[in-house]
Amino acid sequence: MMTNQRLRNYKSYIPGTLFILPAFVLFAIFIFIPLVYGLVMSFTDYGGFNVTPNFVGLDNYSRLLQDDYFLISLKNNFIYTLLFVPLTMLLALFAAIALNNILHLRKYLRISFYFPYITSMVSIAIAWGLLFNPVSGPINYILKAIGIANPPEWLMSSQWALLAIILVAVWKSFGYYMIILLAGIQGIPQHLYEAAELDGASKFQQFLYVTLPSLSPTLFMVMVLTIINSFQVFDLVSVMTDGGPGRSTNVLVFRIYQEAFVNYRMGYAAAMSTVLFLIIMVISLIQFRLEKKWVTY
Amino acid sequence: MLTVINTTKRTKLPYYLLLLVLVIFSLATLFPFLWMISASLRTDVDLFKNPMNWIPQTLYLDNYKEVWQAIPFAQYFLNTVKLSVIITVLQVVICSMAAYAFAKLKIPFKNLIFILFMTNLMMPWHSIMVPQFSVVSSLGLYNTHSGYILIQLFSGFGIFLMRQFFMSLPNELNEAARVDGYNEWKIFWRIMMPLSAASLSTLTIFTFTFMWNDYLAPLIYLNDDNLKTLQLGLKAFQTEHTMDYGLLMAGTVLATIPMVAVFLAGERFFIQSVATTGMKN
Repeated sequence: MMTNQRLRNYKSYIPGTLFILPAFVLFAIFIFIPLVYGLVMSFTDYGGFNVTPNFVGLDNYSRLLQDDYFLISLKNNFIYTLLFVPLTMLLALFAAIALNNILHLRKYLRISFYFPYITSMVSIAIAWGLLFNPVSGPINYILKAIGIANPPEWLMSSQWALLAIILVAVWKSFGYYMIILLAGIQGIPQHLYEAAELDGASKFQQFLYVTLPSLSPTLFMVMVLTIINSFQVFDLVSVMTDGGPGRSTNVLVFRIYQEAFVNYRMGYAAAMSTVLFLIIMVISLIQFRLEKKWVTY
Repeated sequence: MLTVINTTKRTKLPYYLLLLVLVIFSLATLFPFLWMISASLRTDVDLFKNPMNWIPQTLYLDNYKEVWQAIPFAQYFLNTVKLSVIITVLQVVICSMAAYAFAKLKIPFKNLIFILFMTNLMMPWHSIMVPQFSVVSSLGLYNTHSGYILIQLFSGFGIFLMRQFFMSLPNELNEAARVDGYNEWKIFWRIMMPLSAASLSTLTIFTFTFMWNDYLAPLIYLNDDNLKTLQLGLKAFQTEHTMDYGLLMAGTVLATIPMVAVFLAGERFFIQSVATTGMKN
């Protein structure tokens, strides 16, 4: 009797287990094992060839702290984040609010703002590379035409290249966040505006005291998404500048890629990956902590 | 949801001023694409004329012919279609199956496994790409399409999205089907999947767009020319033809057209899918 009952219990687990099995196996082999293995690898001098790796303890990590190239890529990445996040959010918020108040051409405008997002990073990076060409590109042609005698050299100048990449990244992705914010704005209950209007609030006051607070969860989410996104930038750098000129556009993932797959220092690259992992973990944890404080209705 | 219109009163002039700003803004957004097309239809001599003509004087179509000979464009294109379609279909099915199990079935250690799966949402692929490469190559799958496909099939996001939807369906539905003699497999395919068309299209669009445009993973995993995707082909083409603007832009336009066609055909779904994921995150 008991065994029968237990058998039935086991049996009731069979369908669920079978349904989850493919995902579970894939997760275990291609995500969980690499995750653990990566941590182990970061304590070795593994080089990606069939040479037995040596355990080197914390060597990789202490080397990171003195590695100029790594520190520069980290610095560039923080500059990228500090400009990309607010610019994208401002542009996305402006476009979302403006679109919400417009009746004409809504569909066309929405499509045109979202359009860059669906095109591939490689295509647009190639096109922007030509647009930014200091001699033959149309951007400097226009700048000269409006009276700027010495326009920047853009991708060929170590002062301007990172900024050029940031501008392209903002142009590429603001439409995506605009759609998220637009959905957020349209989810705000209309009666809040009606109540504010009865209280004599101006349009601007309504924006300040109704729209912004009601939108704060969405804005907060967009901020976290853009920050995390900014630590994954690779394609634009790889296609537009290859990290240069000098080291001026070398960012974290690009550095990891170079160390692992160009220089075959996999152990060292794994240590950098751990740093990337920690940065994003910290951002995610701060998000969980702050969500309750920042998000007000 | 996105068609709700704000109907409050407004004065005319600021309204049209705002509309004008938006139209200029949208033209600036589309400018690189317009220039891309314009450049692809010119000879380089015409392109570098000073002052620049913004509208080509004569349409020069040879760039579009030459690009097929300059790179194995057809091969890259077929590879990209093959990989994007296979990955999208398998990923959607695998994620939906797991999501259904999490939402409606008994699984040992359910919460623990779910939390493990969801760590995938917070952990960027970039932070495991190095060890993952070691695992895949030790399985002998480096430089194969199957290796690239396998690493893309699990998605914590996909499972989360589908689970949210399945949880919103009443359990009575499953119970009634079980009484009718349906097994879980039948319930999943005949009842759950047809009901979840909206969530399925969201996930399909996201996966397909991502796979079509993916660059870093193919760069790491696909080395042989006959395995490469459009994005890799374009990048290699750029390195060789940096000075050949017209040809380069023709290749870029050709690689962009399929995605744009899919987008314009399903524009409503694309926009809606972003809006839904935004709400659910």
